[in-house]
Amino acid sequence: MTAHMLEARGLSMQRGGVDVLKNVTLTVKENDVLALIGSNGAGKTSLMLALACLMPVNKGELLVSGEKISDKRTELAYRRRLAMVFQEPLLLSGTVTANVATGLDLRSTPQREQQERVDEALELFGISGLSRRSAHTLSSGEARRVSLARAFAMRPEIIFLDEPFTSLDLPLRETLFNQLSRLLTSEGITAIIATHDCREVLQLCNRMAVMNKGRLLGVGTPEEVLASPPDDFSAAFARHADISTTMLRGEPAA
Amino acid sequence: MELILEGICEALRLLLKGDSEVFAVTWLSIKISGMATLLSLVIGISIGTILALADFRGKRLMVALVNTGMGLPPVVVGLFVTIFLWRSGPFGHFELLYTPAAMIIAQGIIATPIVTGISLAAIQSLPANLRLQIMALGASRTQMIILLVREARLPLLAAVMAGFGGVISEVGASIMVGGNIKGQTRVLTTATVMETGKGNFDTAIALSVILLLLIFLINLILTMIQQKRRAR
Repeated sequence: MTAHMLEARGLSMQRGGVDVLKNVTLTVKENDVLALIGSNGAGKTSLMLALACLMPVNKGELLVSGEKISDKRTELAYRRRLAMVFQEPLLLSGTVTANVATGLDLRSTPQREQQERVDEALELFGISGLSRRSAHTLSSGEARRVSLARAFAMRPEIIFLDEPFTSLDLPLRETLFNQLSRLLTSEGITAIIATHDCREVLQLCNRMAVMNKGRLLGVGTPEEVLASPPDDFSAAFARHADISTTMLRGEPAA
Repeated sequence: MELILEGICEALRLLLKGDSEVFAVTWLSIKISGMATLLSLVIGISIGTILALADFRGKRLMVALVNTGMGLPPVVVGLFVTIFLWRSGPFGHFELLYTPAAMIIAQGIIATPIVTGISLAAIQSLPANLRLQIMALGASRTQMIILLVREARLPLLAAVMAGFGGVISEVGASIMVGGNIKGQTRVLTTATVMETGKGNFDTAIALSVILLLLIFLINLILTMIQQKRRAR
């Protein structure tokens, strides 16, 4: 049996005296695209931060490709295999090109390769025209695309996306959604996506997990989870998903 | 009134003909305060960044202490540095009292809390998740700190200016630990005190004009930085 891409065992995390994660155990296989759903404050972001080794946990352990993350060295090596796109774009000062190159720079990627990969990533997200712009002069939609390009330029094995398309206008949402969907399939990237969007779950993800008050209530294929939703939130989500699929199947959208 | 006018005329004459003593005093001021600021930057930015990023019990108390330190009375600093460097004091055998080194130490102690406080505020004003995002880009802890400091570089430049402005115009500590020795520890402020005491208002005014010009220059740079930030 091959090792799981990620294996979290009994993760618990406290922040400011509040339990934001309670004994979460979860496995993610290679090429899985896992949706995390749950109300605001359910612990989706905290779980992603714990799984990405960005925030220390109070209890539990994390195994990546079967190896335990036990010290600073293994942690850094793991963080260099992943990418995370936060809800806010969080760009650094400097040009768009410099921003997209940041991750490669930190890995001491040779200049020529950096340039190639940055160009490629800018192209993928349709922002080649912005390359020389200062990052702080961008619109929110442009900044979001830069943050996605920055993540994919690192060619991550695993990517964490925290509500990647919220607060974007519909046409842009559509474009980025299709692009992301293509990229995840063609590159075989394992992904964990926190989302409130049924369509993202149904079209992008092969597994979904429901969270509530820091606990993981259930994991399975979207069909399994939505057939017997573990809480009110996921039940509401299931009803909404039902409508969406009916619409998708019954009246194919243009 | 005549006294002031005469003084200003004499001051301009001294400045224009490039009086060697006035020049030496000015240059020493810039050197001593520059070194003290440099020292305070190394210590202040490090402590400020650590305080901003670390999470520990008593952090608030530490921040309160730093903020109190920003208003540290120079005379008090002068007193304690003098005691420590006194011949029979703990560091007396270094024989540093009444040397430029003693002044650099005293001014460094005055500037460090200022730089620490501004650095702390600068790093804390960055978005909370920026640190996590930088780590998610694959940064080691050192790389993360370098990137954060780079992001806060404009307010940090303000820290440089505030620190330098604070110590170059300070007189209490400088006179106590430096002793205003001609050619060795005589700086703009201590020379002004002495010349005024002797009734040499023209020289005192000339020295003050130079000090004002220096401070004006600092504030000009500061304002330009702030305006640039606002324009972004």
